[in-house]
Amino acid sequence: MELTIETAEEIEDAGAPWTDGGQLSYRQLIWRRFRKNRMGVIAGALLLLFYILAIGADFFAPYHYNEINMRLRHVPPQRLHFSLSVGFYVHGLKSVRNPESLELEFTKDMTQWYPVEFFFKDADGKRHLFSSAGPMFLLGTDRMGRDLLSRIMYGARVSMTLGLVGVLLSIVLGSILGTISGYWGGWVDNLIQRIIEILSAFPDIPLWMALGAALPPGWSSIQIYFGITIILSIIRWGGLARQVRGKVLAYRESDFVMAARAAGAGHWHIITKHLLPGCYSHIIVIATLAIPGMILGETALSFLGLGIRPPMTSWGVLLEEAQRVTVLLHYPWLIFPAVPVLVVVIAFNFLGDALRDAADPYSD
Amino acid sequence: MRERYGLNDPLWKRYFIWISGFVRGNFGESFEYKREVDELIWDRIAFTLIISVGSLIFTYVVAIPLGIYSATHQYKWSDHFLTFLSFVGMSIPAFLLALSLMVFAFDIFGVPLFGLFSAYYEGAPWTWGKLGDLFKHLWIPVIVVGINGTASLMRIMRGNLLDVLGQPFVQTARAKGLKEIVVVGKHAVRIAINPLISILGMSLPGILSGSAIVSIVLGLPTVGPILLRSLLNEDIYLAGTLIMMLSLLLVIGNLLADIALAWVDPRIRYE
Repeated sequence: MELTIETAEEIEDAGAPWTDGGQLSYRQLIWRRFRKNRMGVIAGALLLLFYILAIGADFFAPYHYNEINMRLRHVPPQRLHFSLSVGFYVHGLKSVRNPESLELEFTKDMTQWYPVEFFFKDADGKRHLFSSAGPMFLLGTDRMGRDLLSRIMYGARVSMTLGLVGVLLSIVLGSILGTISGYWGGWVDNLIQRIIEILSAFPDIPLWMALGAALPPGWSSIQIYFGITIILSIIRWGGLARQVRGKVLAYRESDFVMAARAAGAGHWHIITKHLLPGCYSHIIVIATLAIPGMILGETALSFLGLGIRPPMTSWGVLLEEAQRVTVLLHYPWLIFPAVPVLVVVIAFNFLGDALRDAADPYSD
Repeated sequence: MRERYGLNDPLWKRYFIWISGFVRGNFGESFEYKREVDELIWDRIAFTLIISVGSLIFTYVVAIPLGIYSATHQYKWSDHFLTFLSFVGMSIPAFLLALSLMVFAFDIFGVPLFGLFSAYYEGAPWTWGKLGDLFKHLWIPVIVVGINGTASLMRIMRGNLLDVLGQPFVQTARAKGLKEIVVVGKHAVRIAINPLISILGMSLPGILSGSAIVSIVLGLPTVGPILLRSLLNEDIYLAGTLIMMLSLLLVIGNLLADIALAWVDPRIRYE
């Protein structure tokens, strides 16, 4: 195996035209084909960037997500200015009470300016990539004066990992049950297939709503997080199990499995060494395409107030504030969390599409 | 009190009492509205059906021509544009689309597009005027609910047609000197369209879910908003009945889709 990898790279290094696919492992072939798909690579890089931002939100976000400023509620997004002497800076805020609606409205205070400091050290001694001594809300604040940009970054943690964990759960469930179903057949197969059919007969969002509402109100944020994850993956494993079953059924009667069985290999060995590896690429593709559905599911649930509960924050929780048209008309920046949702979901779709093309042995 | 609602019985018995009532059309009483559940749900289910069927028609009417166009213009500029559009369409959550459309409409017309009727017709009895008013409000939820399905269906149609266009019989048809429009329209599309009918059943859950959540945002008198309310208030008989009804609609829809497939494609027969 080592040898083939080296030869492949030598060929590439020598600049020789790559002709013989037989010298590359399946995984390398996939990687080669994937790299050719520009949209897929861009999407993958973008998602990587989002995940880094989410994991390092403590450092990348200018504020903590629950830092409340009751005197700075619904501040509109501030313009970032640049001058050669101080670098980036924002102007201070001046609050004026609107004589009609009696609400505080904020305008730029041209007399004040606060430079944006990189590697800023806050009151607790924590470092931030950039922040400012004065109020700096590049995407505005919400109804409790919390910085929307920071909240989006922290929200990414929940929204983006929830899809991953949920898909992981459905992969585990789907591959185990799919393999059992395809390998043993008979009444086990029948039973599992009927269960999948029953599950797929539910309209997903109403069922999620019902299950979300059934989560006990006393649960902690972490418990709710995992509860929602399990709810989201409950329906989605069925499709994966079907695909795995189909593959296993096809491989079960193939010559190499027959040979393994004749050589005295046990069920476990045949399943893990001969059947499942054949399904890996399939599973990965389906999983990638299932993640956006889960992210959208979480967003929809939280948007309705049945998903993640404050103080934990996710993109859906942020969008919940933008639910009413009257609110949106007054504070249009509250819709901004929709942008990362859209970008991430589109990126996952492109990535999954590219992976599917790459994993398809007939695509060349 | 516990005695009256049978709360001392074990879980299976309580479930059995409810489900046996359900089969006989006795859905129980809503705690919140203090009325029988079946008084509350029927017209909501009717509106849900109207919106769902409307979106289904919209989906197929828009997606099939676009898919055909995309496939016959593969890798042209317009195909790339449609592909990108369909990816966006697949990715945008329905509630977000509803929300932005509503803000947009408010900006232009200055009236919120809330509900299915104007205030004038709200409680009025059914007349032609009211029906017209319904259609005037209906197109927004129909489009919003249908967009996701349209995008993915278009991709499937494109893929199917491309597969079919590569087959020998299409080449034969071209070799015979048939016009391209006949080759595509009469030979290829008829084959490529079959899988779309079996997808009909699969796209139903998405449409029912979509209509539920879009209705909540747009304030439509369908199953969605009342389901949310009943869930938040733990009005279990109402919530249970609604979810049961939605699932029932889905099963019936699937059955109809299967029948339609057998009707269109004579190769499919059940023993």
